[in-house]
Amino acid sequence: MAFRPFGARSDEIVFRGGTGAFALLLIAIVAAIGVELSRQSLLSIREFGWQFWQTDTWDPVAGEFGARPFIWGTLYSSILALIISTPIALGIAIFISELAPNRLRKPLVFLTELLAAIPSIVYGLWGVFVLVPFVRQFQVATPDWMRSLPLFSGPPLGVGMLSAALILAIMVIPFSSSVAREVLKSVPQAQREGAYALGATRWEAIRMALFYARTGIVGAVMLGFGRALGETMAVTMVIGNNPQISWSLYAPQYTMAAVLANEFTEAADDLYLNALVEIGLVLFVITLIINVISRLFIWSMGRQRKPRLARTAVAKAAA
Amino acid sequence: MRDRFRKALSHVIVALCAMAVALALVPLAFVLFYVVTQGVTSLNFSFFTEMPKPVGETGGGMANAVAGSAIVVGIGGLFAIPIGIISGIYASEYAGSRMAAAVRFAADTLNGVPSIVIGVFVYGIAVLPFRHYSALAGGLALGIMMIPLIMRTTEELLLLVPGSLKEGALALGATRARAVFTVVLPAALPGIMTGILLALARIAGETAPLLFTALNNSFFSTDVRQPIATLTVQVFTYAISPYKDWHRQAWAGALVLVGIVVVCSLLARIATARMERLQRGS
Repeated sequence: MAFRPFGARSDEIVFRGGTGAFALLLIAIVAAIGVELSRQSLLSIREFGWQFWQTDTWDPVAGEFGARPFIWGTLYSSILALIISTPIALGIAIFISELAPNRLRKPLVFLTELLAAIPSIVYGLWGVFVLVPFVRQFQVATPDWMRSLPLFSGPPLGVGMLSAALILAIMVIPFSSSVAREVLKSVPQAQREGAYALGATRWEAIRMALFYARTGIVGAVMLGFGRALGETMAVTMVIGNNPQISWSLYAPQYTMAAVLANEFTEAADDLYLNALVEIGLVLFVITLIINVISRLFIWSMGRQRKPRLARTAVAKAAA
Repeated sequence: MRDRFRKALSHVIVALCAMAVALALVPLAFVLFYVVTQGVTSLNFSFFTEMPKPVGETGGGMANAVAGSAIVVGIGGLFAIPIGIISGIYASEYAGSRMAAAVRFAADTLNGVPSIVIGVFVYGIAVLPFRHYSALAGGLALGIMMIPLIMRTTEELLLLVPGSLKEGALALGATRARAVFTVVLPAALPGIMTGILLALARIAGETAPLLFTALNNSFFSTDVRQPIATLTVQVFTYAISPYKDWHRQAWAGALVLVGIVVVCSLLARIATARMERLQRGS
């Protein structure tokens, strides 16, 4: 072998630097998204300031830009979707990880993964031609005393908050349930065996596991929330695209992602474009925060045991 | 008495969980049922070979959109696959380092960024400066979405390769780079390929990031500097149009998209099952 005084070390430096540069690129992209979106929305931030998020009128032709209806629509639809999807997603996670016979487990995992893999646009198409007519029939059949409640007021259009929340729930279920399943898997078997040994019923043992995994499960639900906030195509196609703030499930409303999808290519002047990019920026920041918090929850679950083991090992060695 | 209540409660909850599974599978069945029944009647050979017909004329296909989707996804894969694999190597080789943790975190964050926001970002860096929508910009948007997917699979699969393999290579005098590229990476390659296949399938179904990057094109185009039609955007345009015949085409497009996803998922499942068997056999 040739004499290489610093050979091995310089090879190492080149390898680490070379692969590290590519890895750094990922961090750079995330940072670049933040910088670029801020830069492109400067005009609107300077012009409107906080007023942008406190105004209810969105009329680009008249030069009025108020983005509050979009924030409202995004949060309302996502929270409704979460209310519908969380119990179902948890039920699936519990069933697959705790109850299902081994033979059933893999096919069920595959099917829920398929639910996640179907493109958003396909859900949207199905929503427009199947779900929306169904919801309209349901709305028409709503009894009058219910229609007088603010939650169900408005004409039976089919498109609107209810359709959006339903389709979002369907799309979010596989995400939260697969993360919750992973989290439940990390609960040590001894935990359940201990519960059974003390005479617990099946549900009581599951409750123990759920309690043990609580941070991770909150993380899983929040991850689903992040997905729902940013979901675009399917929601755009069924929510009715009307910028108004209403509690009514039947009212057509609008979301941040949907207004971007619909109006971005139409933005004729710089201010309009900047206003839209600002909506994108806020959507980015909100999903970023939600994602970071939920990842921290899920990570802390995974880490919980290792440090403790290390500590006991150290304690033993010291003794 | 109390025990009977506890047992009953347990049974009720178990039943509720089973019901939750059924409840989630209902929409899946419904979506697949409609896509297949509506799609099959309109999907034929000319869907892939003919151009869209103007409104009023029946027939025609989406040849331009099929080709366009392949081109845009191809561009995305072209730069996302190397970046994803190499950064995945870094994350697994220096798994304990703070930088690797940061990269992992960035990947998960990027994975959670809404696809429409990626579209806005790419519009700012690749459309606005050139005053031009292009297939290249669409590919860039899809590629950015692919990178974290590929990076995470690569990393996880590399960590599964037994350490003794690399140690053997190092003991024989190989440098770290050599050991990784000639021993560790090839051992994990089948799994990584499966991951790439799944990432490509997922990205092929994306619409939102293409709306204002690749835009759309009613003609057949292979020029990457020009706007280009894609299957997903075409399905969207047709779905919200008022024409019956276009709706029919949209269902056919949806069937193709779902077909791609299902076939890729099945292939990946078969491949991983085989790999697991091989591992257990050895």
